[in-house]
Amino acid sequence: MVDAQRSVRTTCPYCGVGCQLDLQVQEEHIYGVKAPFNVAPNYGRLCSKGRYGVDFVHHPSRLIYPLIRKDLETRPRKPVGLEGFRRASWEEALDLAAERLAEIVRKHGGDAVGTFCSAKATNEDNYLFQKFVRGVLGTNNVDHCARLCHAASVAGLQIAIGSSAMSNSIAEMKDLDTFMVVGSNTTEAHPVISTFMLDAVVKKGAKLIVVDPRGIQMTEFATHWLRQTPGTDVAVFQAMAQVIIEEELYDQEFITNRVEGFEEYAESVAGFTPEKAEEISGVPAEQIREAAILFGKANRAAIYWGMGISQSVHGTDNTLSIANLALLTGNLGKPGTGLNPLRGQNNVQGCSDSGGLPAVFPGYQSVADPDIRGKFEDYWGVKLNPEPGLTTMEMVDAAENGFIKAYYVMGENPMMSEPDLRHARHVMEQMDFVLYQDIFLNETGEYADVILPAGSFAEKRGTFTNSDRRVQLVRPAIPSPGEARADWAIIQDLASRVEEKLGREHSVGFAYETPAQIWDEMADLTPPFQGIDHDRIERESGVQWPSPTKDHPGTPYLFQDSFPSGKGKLTPLEYSPSAELPDEEYPFILSTGRVLYHWHGGTMTRRSKLDDIYPDPLVEIHPQDAENLKIEAGEWIKVRSRRGEITVKTLITQRSPAGTVFIPFHFVEAAANELTLDARDPRAKIPDYKVCAVAVEKAQP
Amino acid sequence: MSENGKVSLTIDGKVVEVERGTTIMEAAKRVDVSTPIICYHPATTSKGLCRQCVVEVEEWRTLAPACITEVTEDMVVTTDSERVIRARKTMLEMLNASVDLSQSPEIQEQMEDYSADPDRFPGAKKRDHDLLDDNPFYVRDYSQCVLCWRCVQVCGDDVQKDYALAVGGRGHDSTIATFYDAPMPDTTCVFCGNCVGVCPTNALQDKTEFLLDKGLQFHEIRARRREERRKKSREE
Repeated sequence: MVDAQRSVRTTCPYCGVGCQLDLQVQEEHIYGVKAPFNVAPNYGRLCSKGRYGVDFVHHPSRLIYPLIRKDLETRPRKPVGLEGFRRASWEEALDLAAERLAEIVRKHGGDAVGTFCSAKATNEDNYLFQKFVRGVLGTNNVDHCARLCHAASVAGLQIAIGSSAMSNSIAEMKDLDTFMVVGSNTTEAHPVISTFMLDAVVKKGAKLIVVDPRGIQMTEFATHWLRQTPGTDVAVFQAMAQVIIEEELYDQEFITNRVEGFEEYAESVAGFTPEKAEEISGVPAEQIREAAILFGKANRAAIYWGMGISQSVHGTDNTLSIANLALLTGNLGKPGTGLNPLRGQNNVQGCSDSGGLPAVFPGYQSVADPDIRGKFEDYWGVKLNPEPGLTTMEMVDAAENGFIKAYYVMGENPMMSEPDLRHARHVMEQMDFVLYQDIFLNETGEYADVILPAGSFAEKRGTFTNSDRRVQLVRPAIPSPGEARADWAIIQDLASRVEEKLGREHSVGFAYETPAQIWDEMADLTPPFQGIDHDRIERESGVQWPSPTKDHPGTPYLFQDSFPSGKGKLTPLEYSPSAELPDEEYPFILSTGRVLYHWHGGTMTRRSKLDDIYPDPLVEIHPQDAENLKIEAGEWIKVRSRRGEITVKTLITQRSPAGTVFIPFHFVEAAANELTLDARDPRAKIPDYKVCAVAVEKAQP
Repeated sequence: MSENGKVSLTIDGKVVEVERGTTIMEAAKRVDVSTPIICYHPATTSKGLCRQCVVEVEEWRTLAPACITEVTEDMVVTTDSERVIRARKTMLEMLNASVDLSQSPEIQEQMEDYSADPDRFPGAKKRDHDLLDDNPFYVRDYSQCVLCWRCVQVCGDDVQKDYALAVGGRGHDSTIATFYDAPMPDTTCVFCGNCVGVCPTNALQDKTEFLLDKGLQFHEIRARRREERRKKSREE
């Protein structure tokens, strides 16, 4: 038996569940992971990624010293591997980066810089990042991958109730009564959460309604599985609302006291019968009716959703259609209910909370609001830009049009995660300057001029905020390899240099000694965090915001008495079809998503032993389609869209319906986003990763 | 039963009042009396398999497993009587005679606490299984398995609802098994490792840890993984 020299409690770097891990360390090497049984949110439970997937931190391809591109002046810039860079000192790399950024700000203004902060970095890293961007560069062009995942959930929930975090807690899941899971492959994307949901089904007899085109594992536990054609969610939920109103299963008291727009909404869905929804979605009318009655009659009913709702050209409408159901039935503001978007990245909640968004300071305080801006201007001692910045994909557009000259990318991989990659690459080639800060060289870093090596989650201190708003500690277990440094320390040194080169007389403040000091500054400026500090999190092993004072216990579920927007709002909707539908030339629907053993762009899991169990990019194809195309199981086939083509290995399965193929987006050698369509939800600006048209053919005819 | 719905009983001479439905083990904890455990785990449903937590209840014919026996009014429980100690000691000796407990420090500690004789049953047949090394994450050595059932429970209803593990065989040949003894990657296993997390004896062991135990260095483990992967892709 190996005896750990140290066991270090920290927070999992993968998904938004925020599992607590005990890293087992020997000779500065993490050789194993255990889970403590007595702490929230996971109580000893882990999934394959948390337990076996953190070995990426020891991968030999970690970036261990700063790098500068050899052919700095060549245009258009080409993506290069490590051989295209030379080793530099921190001094030289930071000076060069600061000089180029300062030069671009002087010449073109701060809005000529586009920046990506990171849902994988800590709250402290992100707070400091946006402070640098807003306070020194003078722009609000800061965004992160939340734009590509839950932006539509945020947009929809803001309209419906004025708040976008998950309303209820993971702790409530095991006692659910009735719940609906929509567009979330929970057992693979949030495995530990799924085990608590299924506790309710298996041990307490809870009723589960799954709405999903794919035969995901959750369907095996469902009372009702509504299998809609991809992209037709709104029709299903409109019809459920119609049934609930017709059968008078709505919560009149809740509506009277807390909801507006009922009359108008009821009128708008009056004709939207389950039969009409069946024509659009393919879900039998009777199933819709039964599910609606089950949901409407439940004492407590919760709704959970994932990317299937938000990553859509009508993602905001999708969100509103389920928010309508919760508002109609009064399923908000008490345990076991709520509107619960399951957050993807470990710290996507926290990165958004910490101001990593173009229109808001930390705590979702609007940059356009003069009073709020004044508060930050006083605190930081600098005049701030009142114009909301650009979103990730708008930054790509602005770069294409020449408005944005430089990118600063921290811990993100837009060159894997953006839709329509061919277009995104073209934009990268034209940039004046690209600064990249990460733990590995990924597809985005290959375009960089300067690379700053960062410390991984296992090498730094700070906090992550999980899906149920629980702020938890990240603790260093091992030293960073080579000269890699924590993100917050890098940002601080870079920011001071840029201030100097811009000739600023006063620094907005980059002299922190610990991440705890950074948190304290953010909490000072952000009312819902004011009761939270690192010491308290240490004592209580996590605090759920809002916690406005030190003696406030934190908030397991929101909206007990009211919504941030006052009254909840029912929104009439109209069904609209997807942006690109199958035709003769491209007869299949392509849906993209995740698998259990991999994570997003694959930067981490492809460098982990997880890759041993799932080494190849698989495409799910229905047996009927495979037979028609004479495709064998395990055969490599070509999938082609109007934008690109990739080669993938066949997995013949009835999981995806006939006419639909599913490809995970983790594999650089077969990047699903070569195929996807850059069609965006008009309000949330989120691209549609779930529906586009493709052709499928044998690789060698 | 008292009027407030509570049950009053005596444990090792200490009077304790607990809610109805409480087990003897939980009631004992309230008065700082502990019982040794092997199969019990707070994260799994108690099933009274190993009998190491047995206690003596006045007027009861048999010893009672504290983990699953609910308290009753005026129950008189003794956790350290000679009969209890003899039973626990014998159970440890029988377990040790049939299972390799060399990597189970907690059970070994109990052997010492109860002065159990490791050689009491010299002719006993040891459980003997080949090491199963069929996936990148963990190895299974059922020679070290005490059949506590925890792995089966967490794989099933208690946690993962994945049902990849069950008990196969009968009597002495009973062992934790997969359907048709299939290698783990061919089962419904999702490699959450929650089974490894609750194994009390190292019968289930993290593969990296297993290789470190065998004296391999980290870089050698990495090289070995690469080799296994190449071999697998050649086979395909």
